[in-house]
Amino acid sequence: MHRTGELYEQFQTLEQQKETATLGMWVFLVTEVLFFGGMFLTYTINRSAFSTAFGIGSNTLDIRLGAGNTVVLIMSSLTMAMAVWSAQVGKKQLVSIFLIATLGLGTVFLGVKAIEYKQKFDHHLVPGRSFDMKYHPAHPMVGDDPKEMALEKEEVEKAFAHDPDINAHGQLYFSLYFGMTGLHALHMIVGAGLLLWLIKGSFAGRFTPQYNTPVEVVGLYWHFVDIVWIYLFPLLYLIDRHR
Amino acid sequence: MSEHIVSPKIYIVIFASLMLGTGITVWAAFQNFGLFNIVIALAIATIKATLVVLYFMHARYSPKRTQLVIVCSVFWLAIMLALTLSDYDTRPREGRTAQPPSVFYRA
Repeated sequence: MHRTGELYEQFQTLEQQKETATLGMWVFLVTEVLFFGGMFLTYTINRSAFSTAFGIGSNTLDIRLGAGNTVVLIMSSLTMAMAVWSAQVGKKQLVSIFLIATLGLGTVFLGVKAIEYKQKFDHHLVPGRSFDMKYHPAHPMVGDDPKEMALEKEEVEKAFAHDPDINAHGQLYFSLYFGMTGLHALHMIVGAGLLLWLIKGSFAGRFTPQYNTPVEVVGLYWHFVDIVWIYLFPLLYLIDRHR
Repeated sequence: MSEHIVSPKIYIVIFASLMLGTGITVWAAFQNFGLFNIVIALAIATIKATLVVLYFMHARYSPKRTQLVIVCSVFWLAIMLALTLSDYDTRPREGRTAQPPSVFYRA
């Protein structure tokens, strides 16, 4: 049986019923804020202790991919918000269109993330035995800008002179990078699953001005994931960029 | 139901502001503001997050009860950050540098 927005006996009004659902989602998001907050805290402490290694690590990330993904994710938040609006005003076809657009943009984000992870493997920047921050500047890949590489080489050499344990501290940066972006991506994958469920419902025409709580509640979750990225992007990609 | 419907116009204005914020934060990252780079980056991120919460997540039009829950999350996060960071910040650590790394901050 699908819910269609009838009033359950424990509530007095439909408004109260809907507020209860959104409040429940917000309470869950509070736990999420503290969950990600702990990771941001770990990051902050380590970054202040090993700022050279973290700066070098950050400069190896591709800012175009990071900024592009930020745009993609904010656009997906817009389409999600528009899906909620479409349901509220009863435009059933638009609900499906905007939900599919949101899912599409979310998938693009994950695809770009996969490309970035692949680069990190190629550049020997995944924590483990083969981790070496000197590797990439010494082995330029196809498509690398020689000027950028020379700059990176000079920077890495200076960093090693400044902090001989740079490979150990660099692994801290990349562990946090993979941990934080990985957990963020996991949230995106869960969100994509929820969107598939919503799209199925929207094809059946389930979301109406009277009953659109699922769209609204999944929207809250999706926007929260967007907010996490809004903080991850400057903290991971944009530190010590001015050189 | 007295539900508040946010119009697409507002959504698009917020979206444009978020794009502008992303542009500014990338630009600011390449300027040398010394120790203030991180402050600027976090301030812009917080403005962007606030816009998302207020408009995309409808917090501005939510009941007081919901708003209280949102404020609580920020409050508990602030407790966690403030107490932990003040602890770490007041402990002597080996090899800690108060100065920014010379590699990035050429005079």
